[in-house]
Amino acid sequence: MLEIRIHGRGGQGSVTAAQILAISAFHDGKQSQAFPRFGVERRGAPVEAFCRIDDTPVHVRSQVYNPDLVLILEPSLLEAVDVTAGLKKGSNIIINTSKPIAGNKLANFKVFNVDASQVALEIFKADIVNTAILGAFAKVTGIVSLKAINKAIDERFEGRPRIIEMNKEAVRRVYEQVN
Amino acid sequence: MKKVTEASQAVAEAVRLCRPGVIPVYPITPQTHIPERIADFVNNGEFDCELIYMESEHSAISAAIGSSAGGARTYTATASQGLALMHEILHIVSGMRLPVVMNVANRALSAPINIWNDHQDSISARDTGWIQLYVESSQEALDTTIMAFRIAEDKNVMLPIMVCLDGFTLSHVYEPIDIPDQKKVDNFLPKFTPLFKLDPKAPVTMGPVGFPDTFMDFKKQQQDAFDASLNIIKKTNSGFKKDFERSYGDGLVEGYMLDDADYVFVGMGTICGTARVVIDTMRKKGNKVGMLKLKCFRPFPEKEIIDSLSKAKAVAVFDRAVSFGHKGPVFSEIASAFCQAGKRPVLHSFIAGLGGRDVTLDHIEGAFSRIKKEKLPVSEWLM
Amino acid sequence: MVIKLNPGAVITTPGNSVENKTGGWRSLRPVWDKKKCTQCMICWTYCPDISIPQKDGKRLETDFDFCKGCGICKQVCPFHAIIMEKEKK
Repeated sequence: MLEIRIHGRGGQGSVTAAQILAISAFHDGKQSQAFPRFGVERRGAPVEAFCRIDDTPVHVRSQVYNPDLVLILEPSLLEAVDVTAGLKKGSNIIINTSKPIAGNKLANFKVFNVDASQVALEIFKADIVNTAILGAFAKVTGIVSLKAINKAIDERFEGRPRIIEMNKEAVRRVYEQVN
Repeated sequence: MKKVTEASQAVAEAVRLCRPGVIPVYPITPQTHIPERIADFVNNGEFDCELIYMESEHSAISAAIGSSAGGARTYTATASQGLALMHEILHIVSGMRLPVVMNVANRALSAPINIWNDHQDSISARDTGWIQLYVESSQEALDTTIMAFRIAEDKNVMLPIMVCLDGFTLSHVYEPIDIPDQKKVDNFLPKFTPLFKLDPKAPVTMGPVGFPDTFMDFKKQQQDAFDASLNIIKKTNSGFKKDFERSYGDGLVEGYMLDDADYVFVGMGTICGTARVVIDTMRKKGNKVGMLKLKCFRPFPEKEIIDSLSKAKAVAVFDRAVSFGHKGPVFSEIASAFCQAGKRPVLHSFIAGLGGRDVTLDHIEGAFSRIKKEKLPVSEWLM
Repeated sequence: MVIKLNPGAVITTPGNSVENKTGGWRSLRPVWDKKKCTQCMICWTYCPDISIPQKDGKRLETDFDFCKGCGICKQVCPFHAIIMEKEKK
């Protein structure tokens, strides 16, 4: 089972990202579960969302303590919260940042820097990276396909064709950013 | 149709498929997503029902009495303080034998204020004369809500039902569900025909005074209906299995790896999912552990519990509620059930997961190793 | 009388209070003085037991099958056309 933790700020769509990830995994024939850190959501406050992906039905209902991968929607969160808490050594961290993270804070992990904000600003004219960063997730892990993410976007934003197109475009461009 | 969605959405789908005529409701965290999704269906024209936004839970359940007495299939949902505010009316719904179905998104009761999951709200409404069913997953929440209407409206039952799902821990979780076809649900759930209804053309009196010469007889009728409901719940569960190829134990309790288990976990709701994972892991290491999931808390399936547990050496009962000054409510009832039984396991009580405190794999594995060692009954809070 | 106990205490024969004659509860009896009465109908309005029948807007003699002798009619009558007398049994 793969356990994913998403760090963002209230209003950035971390929960939606976890949900789209769970829907995508299901479209790829996997079982999944997505949930927020249950709490009092406030715009701007650090928030977390989780996703579990497995080949068999996910029964566990406790929180995620030792994620296999961390997605960070904003680099300033590194100063605010311990984004590597419980993260297994050598695990992947995907972070949205315009410049590579300095220092050895993340030295024990495999860090993928993507500039999802730039892509989002060009496409949405706003810094909304929650779907875009899933492109990087697909490329880094290979656990969900781009096709499945697109299908999940169709489902999640049903009836809003322009939003769907923009999100797919953002996902594709961030996917291509990862080497 | 299979899809990944929120448990609250799953419940709303079930409600839509059951076609209640009236839904009086008042929002409260973490139940809110359920009426929100129902409102989406109503506004989209996918679901024709009278959705009434009341001014409180007390009014919502009171309106439910009116609509059910008027002969409409009636549904509502609440949680926590909302359920507590309904309390006096809950007795009236059951006393009037109105088969209202209500989802409870289980949440702690204040004070201190807490919006997270435990079972104190519905457990505190234990003696209000409502059938109480607890669910573990989104699918079970959906399926049980459908079954609840059929059980409640059975002429031998005619009792209201609470379908309890853990707030947040389940209500806000996205996971795969299978949404049944409308035709199949229509086939499974016959049209509601009330025993009596308020009708100006054929007037009846409802809610009269019950003098000492009759009151107790009406209470005995309610108790008899509860006794009868045990079998109806089982039959509804097997009927559901036939129509939808899914079922939950015998409808009252569900065993997991139970047949040869020496050490057994007992719980209600989502912690049973976590327990399954612990049991799988421990079984691989050769531990004879198992689970009895208590799906039906009222009526209390005494016989099924004794049959399922009497072979075990020790049992760890997990309660997500407390009877202050005593012990876990599920624990005490199981202990009382075993009082007359010949062979009985050592029964241990664990209070866990109050007010959203996470119940972890370690908690459950720890409880298993504890009851393996202890000779005398343990009563412990897992902090 | 054997009462059928319907589930939920539903009474399928509503309006059955006419079968329950409460006149026997009376210890004081309203005596109506037709000469003083102006047919203002205030007593008819106030009687809590619908025990003052009326026809064509005029009150008739008290229905003693149901009058409990509460004396409200006497109390509200502005013309002192009703007095309460001890019931003779």
